[in-house]
Amino acid sequence: MNMTRRQLLILLPAAAVAWKSILAGTPEASPNYTMTEHWWGMLVDITKCIGCGSCVRACQMENQVTDGYFRTWVERYHVSDYDIENPKVDSPDGGKNGFPPAAVSDGKNFFVPKMCNHCADSPCTQVCPVGATFVSPDGVVLVDQKYCLGCRYCVQACPYGCRFVDPKKETAQKCTLCYHRITKGLTTACCENCPTGARQLADLKNPNDPIHEFLRTHAVQVLKPYLATRSKLFYNGLDGSVR
Amino acid sequence: MQIPVEGFMYPNEVELQWSVLIVLYPFLTGLVAGAFILASLERVFMVKAVKPTYRLALLTALAFLIVAPLPLQLHLGHPERSFEMYLTPHRSSAMAMFGFVYLWYLLAVLVVEIWLDYRRDIVVMSQGTTGWKRLVYRVLTLGSTNISEHALHIDERVGWLVTVIGIPSAFLLHGYVGFIFGSVKANPWWSSPLMPVVFLFSAMVSGIAIVMLLYMLMCRVRREPIDMDCVDTVAKYLFYTFIIDFSLEMLDLIHRIYEADESFRSLDFMVHTRLFLSQVVIQILLGTVLPILLIGLTQVVKLAATQRKRIYVAAGCLTMIGIFAMRWNVVIGGQLFSKSFLGYTTYKMGFATREGLLTAVVLTVLPFVILGVLVKLLPPWPEKKSALSSVAAAAYGAD
Repeated sequence: MNMTRRQLLILLPAAAVAWKSILAGTPEASPNYTMTEHWWGMLVDITKCIGCGSCVRACQMENQVTDGYFRTWVERYHVSDYDIENPKVDSPDGGKNGFPPAAVSDGKNFFVPKMCNHCADSPCTQVCPVGATFVSPDGVVLVDQKYCLGCRYCVQACPYGCRFVDPKKETAQKCTLCYHRITKGLTTACCENCPTGARQLADLKNPNDPIHEFLRTHAVQVLKPYLATRSKLFYNGLDGSVR
Repeated sequence: MQIPVEGFMYPNEVELQWSVLIVLYPFLTGLVAGAFILASLERVFMVKAVKPTYRLALLTALAFLIVAPLPLQLHLGHPERSFEMYLTPHRSSAMAMFGFVYLWYLLAVLVVEIWLDYRRDIVVMSQGTTGWKRLVYRVLTLGSTNISEHALHIDERVGWLVTVIGIPSAFLLHGYVGFIFGSVKANPWWSSPLMPVVFLFSAMVSGIAIVMLLYMLMCRVRREPIDMDCVDTVAKYLFYTFIIDFSLEMLDLIHRIYEADESFRSLDFMVHTRLFLSQVVIQILLGTVLPILLIGLTQVVKLAATQRKRIYVAAGCLTMIGIFAMRWNVVIGGQLFSKSFLGYTTYKMGFATREGLLTAVVLTVLPFVILGVLVKLLPPWPEKKSALSSVAAAAYGAD
């Protein structure tokens, strides 16, 4: 076959693109799921959380999270009546095994489950140098593990401390909102295992989702609203001292 | 390894994400930008007194620019994927765009300017040397061997144009490094529109100081007299730049103290404890105030040349320590407190690890080794040029 240098120069980039496409593989099929029909978020009802740590354990088992790192965790707040701006907070091992009895009795104690806020304007996706982390069309912030450089810029950019770099994979890890489950009609592992229903997966595009009724009838907040990240992790009963 | 924590950190925050290598990265890039801006003083702004440092400043900038991406590369979890930044850059990412700014600066500015400035010498040396040296110089000519007066005039004009383009490029290069930090809204220690400007001026300070020190060192090694007019002028520019840099840093500090937003208590605690030595003592007192006072002394008191030289060396060394401390305090300091403002962690630096002290030391020494090779290959000394002139005259006769 005769090929001129010009033809070869045209062919090489095309071949490179084709090769990359082959390497990328085919995504797992989910025939009954259309991404554009959903817009996922989560409702956390602080008044219901008992700090048992079931959600943390379930997440770690479901997603094989490396020990010492957390895709979700539970914080215990102790707010004194005399110093409401300086709460005492603890989260032993991410609250995975519950909490020891509170050391102080004055003021109030409550638990705050934390996880990725799946922000619509997420600072972490903005800074990723290669676009390995992105907001999916159904509103979930995900990381392409085959593409992530491990530069850790996204970890720095997340205001909520929800990301980490896995020491084995050397890539950024975070809550995927159990994407492998929700695209099959299931709920997340943390929601499934919460004994009090303090966590509820919410599809904001589904008019029949109970989240709409809840948002209409409750004073719901997001964390750090001044950062304008359009968080989709909605908290009911969130105390002003929570950071 | 248990990392000591005080108060409450989000569980994923305990371990620092960016190590001493990321401290080195803005430090090295700053030296590049600063050295280039010093070089441009002679070329564009016609400050003839600093001419002896012109070529040395360019070679210094190149040596540091070659090494600048290495700390980043070593820090990446997947360095083999780093080229994706060029193939599929994410346009909203400051870090992705930096890759292009770096390449532009390296290939379109610095290498072109050095080649144009040295082209005549390279051609002459390709004629006047033998063996492997001749081969190296012949490759460096890139086949362009015309050194007629007309050709050299064109080199000069194009070189001037490249320097003019290079000044905003140098500003862009280091201003951009500041933007990488300054644009992180999640981190109040970094998030400031002043950050790129502070980085830029501190870069100029460090670049001018390193070239001044290297020039004096090389004169000593070569047993040549130091051109005091040159060093005095460089020191004067160092003084002025330092004053601007210090004013900007103080403006940032005063603004934070006066505004005292929700992060203030946490940051204030950090400056008084974990960062007291590196920020207050090393960066501000030893690395900024003292060198400003020392150089300021030479501006107001008439001192003998020997005394001035000693002061410049002391001030230059203190400046380098101070600017390194500034990078340290930004990068490491910005990760020592929790984004919940309720606790503090500790930075544990490894020794012989990928991101440890040994790697950092090697990466700090490497630019000087490269500079040594560059100086051997492309001597920046004017007398070498005159020596070469005779070779050139012999080689080209009436040309």
